[in-house]
Amino acid sequence: MLIGREVNFGTPVVSDARQISLEIDGKFVTVPLGTSIMRAGISAGVMIPKLCATDALKPFGSCRLCLVEIEGRRGFPASCTTPVESGMKVSTQTPKLAELRRSVMELYISDHPLDCLTCSANGNCELQSMAGVVGLREVRYGISGANHFAEATKDESNPYFTFDPAKCIVCNRCVRACEELQGSFALTIAGRGFESRVTPGQGQAFMESECLSCGACVNVCPTATLMEKTVIDQGQAEHAVATTCAYCGVGCGFKAEMKGNDVVRMIPWKDGKANEGHACVKGRFAWGYATHPDRVTKPMIRAKTTDQWREVSWGEALAYAASEFRRIQTKYGRDAIGALVSSRCTNEEGYLVQKLVRAVFGNNNVDTCARVCHSPTGYGLAQTLGTSAGTQTFKSIELADVIVVIGANPSEGHPVFGSRVKRRVREGAKLIVIDPRAIELVSSPHVNATHHLKLNPGTNVAVLTAFAHVIVEEGLLNEKFIAERCDTKAFEEWREFVARPANSPEALEAECGVPAADIRAAAMLYASGGNAAIYYGLGVTEHAQGSTAVIAIANLAMATGNLGKDGVGVNPLRGQNNVQGACDMGSFPHEFPGYRHVSEGASRTLFEEAWGVALQSEPGLRIPNMFDAALSGSFRGLYCQGEDPAQSDPNSLHVKAALAAMECVVVQDLFLNETAKFAHVFLPGASYLEKDGTFTNAERRISRVRKVMPPLSGKADWEITIDLASALGYSMRYAHPANIMDEIAALTPSFSGVNYDKLDEVGSLQWPCNSSTPNGTPIMHVDRFVRGLGRFMITQYVPTDEKVSRRFPLILTTGRVLSQYNVGTQTRRTHNIAFHAEDVLEIHPHDAECRGVRNGDQIRIQSRVGETVLRASLSERVSPGVVYTTFHHPGSNANVITTENSDWATNCPEYKVTAVEVARIEQGTLAS
Amino acid sequence: MIPDELIDRVRSILNSHHHQAGALLPVLHDVQAEFNYVPSEAVSEIANTLKLSRAEVHGVLTYYHHFRQTPPGKHVVRVCRAEACQAQGGDALVAHAERRLAQSSLTLEPVYCLGLCAIGPSIQIDEINLHAQVTPGKFDALIADLEGTP
Repeated sequence: MLIGREVNFGTPVVSDARQISLEIDGKFVTVPLGTSIMRAGISAGVMIPKLCATDALKPFGSCRLCLVEIEGRRGFPASCTTPVESGMKVSTQTPKLAELRRSVMELYISDHPLDCLTCSANGNCELQSMAGVVGLREVRYGISGANHFAEATKDESNPYFTFDPAKCIVCNRCVRACEELQGSFALTIAGRGFESRVTPGQGQAFMESECLSCGACVNVCPTATLMEKTVIDQGQAEHAVATTCAYCGVGCGFKAEMKGNDVVRMIPWKDGKANEGHACVKGRFAWGYATHPDRVTKPMIRAKTTDQWREVSWGEALAYAASEFRRIQTKYGRDAIGALVSSRCTNEEGYLVQKLVRAVFGNNNVDTCARVCHSPTGYGLAQTLGTSAGTQTFKSIELADVIVVIGANPSEGHPVFGSRVKRRVREGAKLIVIDPRAIELVSSPHVNATHHLKLNPGTNVAVLTAFAHVIVEEGLLNEKFIAERCDTKAFEEWREFVARPANSPEALEAECGVPAADIRAAAMLYASGGNAAIYYGLGVTEHAQGSTAVIAIANLAMATGNLGKDGVGVNPLRGQNNVQGACDMGSFPHEFPGYRHVSEGASRTLFEEAWGVALQSEPGLRIPNMFDAALSGSFRGLYCQGEDPAQSDPNSLHVKAALAAMECVVVQDLFLNETAKFAHVFLPGASYLEKDGTFTNAERRISRVRKVMPPLSGKADWEITIDLASALGYSMRYAHPANIMDEIAALTPSFSGVNYDKLDEVGSLQWPCNSSTPNGTPIMHVDRFVRGLGRFMITQYVPTDEKVSRRFPLILTTGRVLSQYNVGTQTRRTHNIAFHAEDVLEIHPHDAECRGVRNGDQIRIQSRVGETVLRASLSERVSPGVVYTTFHHPGSNANVITTENSDWATNCPEYKVTAVEVARIEQGTLAS
Repeated sequence: MIPDELIDRVRSILNSHHHQAGALLPVLHDVQAEFNYVPSEAVSEIANTLKLSRAEVHGVLTYYHHFRQTPPGKHVVRVCRAEACQAQGGDALVAHAERRLAQSSLTLEPVYCLGLCAIGPSIQIDEINLHAQVTPGKFDALIADLEGTP
C-alpha cells in the first residue's frame, strides 16, 4: 500500500462528543469541543502556516506563524493554542497577517543558513515551505548580523542521526517530543533569549545524554537540524510503503520510505494503531541487517557438519533435504523428523510449516519458540478465561488508574508500550512494579512507582497469592462480577484456599523477601484504586511455576472485576513480532490453528478434508522432547525455520549435543546462526522487507507486512516451504500470501473475517474477527468469558527446585536491553552495537565486595550445568543475593548456565532462576 | 573537594527540601549558596532525587544568569548595565573594569539594576556591598582593597 505525504493537522485529535460549529475563511466547519482553530481549519482544507505545531505534540504557540484574526477580537491569536468556539468567524489570510508572517519569517531566516540546494532536507523542509507560503522575498535584517552559523558544531555522535545546531530554529518540537512521546526528557533548551539552544543532557553530545535514540525528535524536526544519516547519504525518498516492524511484540506500524528497492528510512506510521506514530531505536533505525554482507543468499548443503558448505541451486538443496527427510523416516519411522516454526516469520509462513509437518511429514512434531517464552500464558489464560491471548488494546492503558507491571521491563523489551506506561503515570495513574530488579519504571524522570515489590526470583506465585489473600481478607472482592461472570463453585474453593493463613503476606514475606505491609498496601491499591490493568512478561512465565503465576494473575483480575472493559485486563507483553501469530497458527504439537486440539475429531476432519490427507490425533513432540529424543536416537531430522535453539534455548550444551546427533538439520535463516553450525542444509530466508504477509502482535492485532524489495535469495520464506513440500511430493498452491490467509480464514473461526482487502481498508484487525465481529475485537471478554464462566484456579506456591546452596549462593536472573533483540542475530548487525557492545553481569556492590570483584572485572559465573565469563557491573538495581545479565551476544553463553528446569504445565524453561557462584578471574588467567 | 563529600552536601540540601513541591529553584539557590556555584556533579543528584532529567535541571540552571556553572573568583564584582547607570557613564566603567580585571582572580559580572538609579553608576561586591557613583578611580581603590584581603 503506497502512502503519499500525510497531512499534518498541527494539534492532536480531540475526542469529545460535543460538536462546535464555526466559520473559517467563509467555510463552515464542525469539530469536537476543545479542537484548536488550526486543526479545525486544516481539517476543512484551510492550510494555516505553522512551524512549531505538529499533530504529534500538544500545542505550544511559539513560532507566531499561525496567527489568525477572529471577528470581534483584538490582536492576532495563535490558531494552535486557541480552541474553537461556537459561531466564531476566523480569517487566516488578511493583508495584516501576511505582513506579520513575512516579518516573523524574515527574523527566522536572518539566522538560518541559505544553503537550501545542498541541504539534506531540501524538498522536505517545513521552513523552506513556509518561506514559500508567506512569500518571503527579502531579509531586511540581512544575514550578516548575530547568528549561530559559526559557533555551532555538528553533533554526529549518534550512529543514526546528526544534530546540526546551525540550522535550528528553536521551535522546541524535539524537546517536546522527547518529553511527551518518548518520556526520556533527554533534551532541553539551554540558555535564554538569543542564546537559547537545543541541548541534550547537560550540554553534551547526544550519545552522552539520556537519549535512547527513539528518533522522535528527528521525526518532528521541521528542518535538517536533526536528520537521519541515511537521508543525508541517499537523499529524500521517492515512495513510501506501509508495513509492520519485525522486532518486538508491540507491532509498530511503519512507513518504509524508499528509493527504488533501497530503504531510505523507516518512519513510525501515525495510523499504526499499536504505536500511533512512535517508535524505538530498533524499529526506527536497526533495519540495516537486512542488507548486511553476512546475509547468506545462496542455498547450501553438506553431507557432514565437518564438511565445507557447498553452494547449490534451490532445486538441489530442496531435493537433498527432501530425500534426507524421507530416508530418515524410512529408517527410523514417521515420527523421526519435525520442524520449528519461527515467531519472526509471518502468520502465513508459520501456517505453512505446521501444515507441512502435519500433512507432509505425517506427524505433529511441530513447535515454536513460544515454548520457551509465553507457553504458560497460552495455558494459564485458556484455562481461566478461555483464550490464549491478552485481553486489551495497548491504547486501553489510557484509561487505567492502577498499572501493575510484573516480570516485565517495557522500557527495554517493549519500548513503545513503555512510553505509553510512562505517559499514563505522568497523567496520574498509580504504578506497582513487581520485579527482583529496579527496572527503569521504578524511578525515572516524572515517573515513580507507588510500590516496588523487589521479590526474590521464583516467588511470583507467593506474592500474587498473598495479593489474593489481602483482597479476600479486606473485603475487596467484586462480588457482583464474580456472581455474574464466574464459576462460583471454583471461586468458593479458591476463596477458601487463598484465605488460609499460609497464604497471608506475613506467612510468605520471608520466602519472597517483600515486607508484608508492602504486599498489603499494593494489593489494596490494585483492588480499590479504580481501573486496574496488569502487564506481565517473561519474568512471570519463564519459571517452574510459570503457568501457575499466569493463573494467579487471571484470578486477581476476575476477583476484582478488572476484565471486559477499557483500562483493565490481563496483558502478556509478547516478546517477538509474531509470537502471538505463531501460536495462533497452530505451531504447537497438540493444536491446529485456532487452538483446536489435534485429538478433536471435528477439527481434524476439517483439516483432513481441506488438505486431502489423513492427520494424526496424537500430539507430537515439544522442543525439549525433540532434543531428548535426538539424544536417545528416535528423532533424526529437523526443519528449523528462522529459529536459533543452539543459542536461545536453555542448557545449550545439551541442545548442541542433540543437534549434533541428528542426521539432517535444515536451517532456514538470514544468517549462518549458531544452529547452522549443526546444519546439513541451509536455505536462505527473507527479511520482513522482502515479503508480503501478516504479523499478529500482543494485542491480537493482525497487521500487514509489505514487500518493499525483492528477496535477496530469490524466494520468500513461504515460497521455500511450498517448494520443500513439493520436493516431498505434496503440492501447495498459493500465488500470494493473500491466498494462504484465505485458507486460514476458511479453516479458523476466529480469523474467518480476515482477508487482505479488509486489512488494506482498515489497516489492522484484532482477532477474533468473524461475521459477528467483522471489525475485530479490541477488548476481549466484554459480556462473557470466551470459555463461558471465568474459572478461578488454586495457585499453591511451590518453591523451585533450583535452590541456592553454599556452592551456588547467588540467583541469576536474565533480561534484555533496549538496543538489542533477543540473541542479537539482527541487532548485532546494525549500529545498535554502539549502545550495547557486550552483555555484563549486574551484581550488588555488597556481593561484589565479598568476592573482591570490582566494576569492570572479568568474572566467571558457574551454575550446576555450566559456566561462562562476563564483565561485572556493580549496581544497586539488583538486591544482594541476585545477579542479572542479558543474552544478546553469543559469546556471553548465558544459556550455557541456565538449567533444564521448566514449567510444570508447558515445559517453558526456568530461564529466570539459576543458582550460581561468581568469582573474579585473576589477570592473565583468562583463556582467550 | 572529593566528589563523595560534594554529593553528601548536595544530598543534605535535597533532604532539607524533601517535602517541598517544585523544589528545583530553592535547591539550586541553596546549592549555589553552599558552593558559590552549581557543580555539574550536583545536577545528576538533583535530577535523580527530584525525578527530573539532567536536561531539565540543566535547562533551568542555564536559563537564570544568577546560577553559575563554574566556581567564581575570590570575589564577584557586579557592574550595573541598566539604562540609568549607562546614562551616568556606566559603559566607560565597564570598559575600565574589563581591563582592570582581565588578569585578576576576581569575577566580573553584569547586573541589571541595583535600585540605585539616582546615584549611578553602581556596583555590587559579593552580593553584599553596594557602591554608588563609582568612577574608575574609586573602582580601582575598591579592587585594590579586595585583592589585598584573603
